[in-house]
Amino acid sequence: MIHATAAEMAKALAAKEISSVDLTKAHLDRIAEVDSQVKAFLHVDADGALAQAQAVDEKIASGQTLSPLAGVPLALKDVLTQQGVPTTAGSKILQGWRPPYDSTVVAKLKAAGVVIVGKTNMDEFAMGSSTENSGYGPTFNPWDLSRTPGGSSGGSAAAVSAYEAPIAIGSDTGGSIRQPAALTGIVGVRPTYGAVSRFGLIAYSSSLDQAGPFGRTVLDTALLHEIISGHDPKDATSISAPVPAVVHAARNGDVKGVKIGVIKQLQGEGYQKGVQARFDESLQTLASLGAEIVEVDCPSFEYALAAYYLIAPSECSSNLARFDAMRYGLRTGDGQGASAESVMSKTRDAGFGREVKRRIILGTYALSSGYYDAYYGSAQKIRTLIIQDYAKAFTQADVLVSPTAPTTAYKIGEKVDDPMAMYLGDVATIPVNLAGICGMSLPAGLADEDNLPVGFQIMAPAMQDQRLYQVGAALEAALNSKWGGPLLAKAPALGGVK
Amino acid sequence: MALSYDDVVAKYEPVLGLEVHVELNTKSKMFCSCATEFGAAPNTQTCPVCLALPGALPVVNEKAIESTILIGLALNCKIAPYSRFARKNYFYPDMPKNFQISQYDEPICFDGYVDVEIETEDGPKQFRIEIERVHMEEDTGKSLHVGGATGRIHGADYSLLDYNRAGIPLVEIVTKIVPGTGKYAPEVAKAYVAELRDILRGLKVSDVKMEQGSLRCDANVSLKPIGSDVLGTRSETKNVNSLRSVERAIRGEMIRHAELLNAGQKVKQETRHFQEDTGLTRSGRSKEQAEDYRYFPDPDLVPVTPDAAWIEQLRAGLPERPSVRRKRLQQEWNVPDKEMAAMINADVLDIVEETVSLGADPTKARSWWLGEISRIANEKDLPVAELSIKPVDVAELVSLVSKGELTDKLARQVVEGVIAGEGTPAEVVAQRGIKVVNDDGALMAAIEKVCAEQAETAEKVRGGHLPAAGALIGAVMKETKGQADAARVRELLLKHLGQG
Repeated sequence: MIHATAAEMAKALAAKEISSVDLTKAHLDRIAEVDSQVKAFLHVDADGALAQAQAVDEKIASGQTLSPLAGVPLALKDVLTQQGVPTTAGSKILQGWRPPYDSTVVAKLKAAGVVIVGKTNMDEFAMGSSTENSGYGPTFNPWDLSRTPGGSSGGSAAAVSAYEAPIAIGSDTGGSIRQPAALTGIVGVRPTYGAVSRFGLIAYSSSLDQAGPFGRTVLDTALLHEIISGHDPKDATSISAPVPAVVHAARNGDVKGVKIGVIKQLQGEGYQKGVQARFDESLQTLASLGAEIVEVDCPSFEYALAAYYLIAPSECSSNLARFDAMRYGLRTGDGQGASAESVMSKTRDAGFGREVKRRIILGTYALSSGYYDAYYGSAQKIRTLIIQDYAKAFTQADVLVSPTAPTTAYKIGEKVDDPMAMYLGDVATIPVNLAGICGMSLPAGLADEDNLPVGFQIMAPAMQDQRLYQVGAALEAALNSKWGGPLLAKAPALGGVK
Repeated sequence: MALSYDDVVAKYEPVLGLEVHVELNTKSKMFCSCATEFGAAPNTQTCPVCLALPGALPVVNEKAIESTILIGLALNCKIAPYSRFARKNYFYPDMPKNFQISQYDEPICFDGYVDVEIETEDGPKQFRIEIERVHMEEDTGKSLHVGGATGRIHGADYSLLDYNRAGIPLVEIVTKIVPGTGKYAPEVAKAYVAELRDILRGLKVSDVKMEQGSLRCDANVSLKPIGSDVLGTRSETKNVNSLRSVERAIRGEMIRHAELLNAGQKVKQETRHFQEDTGLTRSGRSKEQAEDYRYFPDPDLVPVTPDAAWIEQLRAGLPERPSVRRKRLQQEWNVPDKEMAAMINADVLDIVEETVSLGADPTKARSWWLGEISRIANEKDLPVAELSIKPVDVAELVSLVSKGELTDKLARQVVEGVIAGEGTPAEVVAQRGIKVVNDDGALMAAIEKVCAEQAETAEKVRGGHLPAAGALIGAVMKETKGQADAARVRELLLKHLGQG
C-alpha cells in the first residue's frame, strides 16, 4: 500500500477500496520500522493523524466529494506552524513550543483532508544543505545511510524517499526543496515566489523563502502544489492571480516544439562526471521527444552565490531577532538579578547552533552602517542583474535546465566543517530564488561512479509553474520507460524491508 | 547664578527641530487586525502578528496609509508615488520582533510646511515651519518596571510587559531645522504643536490627547552665537506631554545650553527627559555614538504606491485649515484680535462654535466660556472641555438670560449647578428655586424697607449725590436674595428718591 503513488492512494480511497485510517496506520508502521535509521521525523503525530484520517473516512462514507488528495498521508517540514503540534524549525531555541495557530499551508492541507503524520527534520531555521545543522541531529539518506539526504528539507525528502509518506512539504530559500529531492531520487518543486503563502512559515530569508511540494512522481507533486497555492491576504507578498494549471500540465506531459535552454554557466566544470552524464542524456531524451535544445548565457549567475550569502544572512539577522526568551521558547540565565539583556544573550547563545550564529553575524555585519552599500546594496544590484539574465533567457527558451546539484549525496560530516564547500552545492539552485521564479528537480538516473541519484532541474518564469510539470511529466515518462519503472525502485532496502 | 532668559536671547540664537509622534485612531493596528482601544487589560489586544510569534507576517492597514496621506496633504507635503517600509533593528523587550517597522530613506510624505502666527511685541507675526517628512511606523509595547527606586529598568526587581500598544499605528512628523525665531522660539514651538494638533483634530485621524500620549513631542534645541553660521550641538528633549511643557522645555533647554556655553563647556548631544514638576530636563542616554539600527527595506511588505487619482480625491476632501477657519470665525463673530487670541489660547474655539451653532449669540457664548466657565476650570485645574457643562447648556443659559428669566448673576449660580452635576440649566433653575423677581410691588416694598433702614444714605441720594445709590441697590439685592434685576432696582429706587 505504501509503495503506491499519492494519486493511486487517493483513487483507492475515493473508491472505498482502502480507508484513510488503514493507509495512515500503514505509514505510521513504516515510520516505526525505518525512522530509527533515517531519522526523517522530529515529531510523529500519530493520534492527530489518525483523527484526521478518521474524519476523512467519515466524509467519504457519507458520499462527500473531497479534494484529490483527501485521506493521503503527508510529512510536514518543521518550519511550518501547526496548531498545538510542536514546531521547532530544527532549533533548540524553539524546543517545546506549540504554536497557537495554523500556517496557511497547514490550513489548506487540513481543508483538503490531507493527513499530516508528523513534522520532519531540517537544518536549523532552514540554514544548510545537508540537514546536519539540525539542533536534533542529522537525517540519513535512504539510498545510503552514511550520506546526507541534502537539505535543508532533508527530513521531508528522506521521508518520501523511504516510503514513510507519499508526499511532503518542504521550503526552498536557496534550493532546499530541489537539492534534497535530487539527492534522494524524488520530485521537488519550488513554486514561484508569492504563489504559496508564507504565513506561518518560520522565516529564514523573507524575500527568498517559499514552501513547496515533494512527491515520488510529477503528478503527485502537482496535486499537492495545487492544494497549497493561492492568494492569502495574510501575506503581503502573496500573488493575487489564478493558480497555474499544474495538474493539467502534469497529466499532459509534452515537449514537442518546446524550446529548452541550457544555461551555459550551470554545467561542465565543477559538476561531478556522473551528474553531467545523466544531465546530458536527459537532454538527448527531451530532444528525441521533439524539444528544441538551445544554449543560453546568464553571465551574472557567477555572482549569485555571493549575492545570496549577503541577502539571506542579512534578512535572517533581523528575522531571528524575535527569538529572545521573552514570549516563547528557550529561556536561559534567568536567575536572581539577571537583566533582560543578559537573559536574551544567554538564551540566544545556548539556543542557536553554529551555522545560525555564523549567518546572523554575517548579516549583522553586512547591514551595518558604512558597509550596507558595499554588501547588501551590491547584492541587491546583482539580484536585479540575475532577473535580467533570466528575462533575456526566457525570450530564447520556454524553460531553462541544469543539473540540480553539482554532486550526488555526500557523506555525513564530509563538508560540515567547510561552509564554502557546502555553499557551493547550491550554485545551480540559488539563481531561481534570487529571481523569484519557479524550479523543479526530478530524477535523471544514477551516477555511474557512486550509484546515487542525480537531479535534473527545470526552471520557468514566474507564475508559469505549469511549464515545469509539462516538461517534467514528459521527461519522467520517457525515463521511466527506459529504466523499466521509477528510479526509486532501484533504491536499496532499508533494514531488510523495502 | 542662573541666567535670565533675556540674557540668553541677547547673546544666542536658538535653532529648533521638532519631531511629533501621533497615534492614529484607526480601529485596528498597523500590521494586524487587533483592536487599539486605550486602557484595555494588559495583553488582551494581541495576536501572533503583534506578538511576533514565529511565522507570523505583517500586512499594512490601508486606513493608516490613508490617514498618513491626509496628514501629509494638510501639511502641504508632496506624496511619494513609491515608498517603502524599513526595519529599524534593536533589541528591547517591549518590542516583540526586536525590530520596529518604520520608514527610513523613503517616507510617504515630504517637503511640506505649516504657517503659525504668534503675538509679538510688534503685533501678530507669522512663522513658516518647514516639514522635512511625515512617515508611518508602529508603536512599541509598554514596560512596567517593578521595584527599585526610579521606576526605570535599571534597579528594578522585575518588569511586566504589555503588548496591547505594540503595533498601534504611529505617524512621525519631522520639521526641518527652524532658525530665525529668536526669543520667540518657545512660543513658536508651542504654536506649531497647537496648530498641528488642530489640523490633526480637523482631519479626525487621531485623538491628539497629549496627556494620554496620542500626541508626543520631542524637541531638539541648539544655540549658536548671534550672527554665527555654525550650528551648535543639539539636545533632544522627550516626554513633553502638554503644550505648556513644549514652551517650558524649550525655554529651559535654551537657558541650560547658554549656561554651559558661557562657562566654556560643551553641550552634550544627548536625549533628555522633561520633568513636569520642575520644568527642567534630566539626562537620558547619550547619543554621541549614534546607534546603528541596520535599516533595510522590510522584505515582508510591498512598496506603498498610492494612486494619483486617489490622492487628489483625498486632497479635495480636506477640511478647512484651522488658520482659515479662525479668520472666518473672527469675521463672522466680529471679535477683536485680542479676544480671538484669548479664545485660541484657552482652547475654547470649538466649544464656542458649537454653542453658537446651537443658537447662542457669539459674544455671549464667548464671554461665558472665556469668563465664568474658564475661571471654574482653572480653579479645578481641568481643561474647559472636561467640565460637565456642554455647549448645549450654555446655549440654553444664554437663551434664559435673553428672555429675562435669569439675570447674569443668577446665571452664574446656574453654571455652578450644571458643573456640579445638578442637571441642565432648566433643571438647576427648578431645583434651586432660582427665579428673577420682576414684580415691581415686591421690589418697591424692599426699596422702601431699605430706605427706611438707611435713611441717611437715602437722603444723600435724594439730595443729588448719585454714587451713594450703590449701597442702597446692594442692600435691595440682598433683601431679594439676588433674584432681582439690578437695573430695574436702580430705576425704581432713583424714581422713589426723586432722581428718576
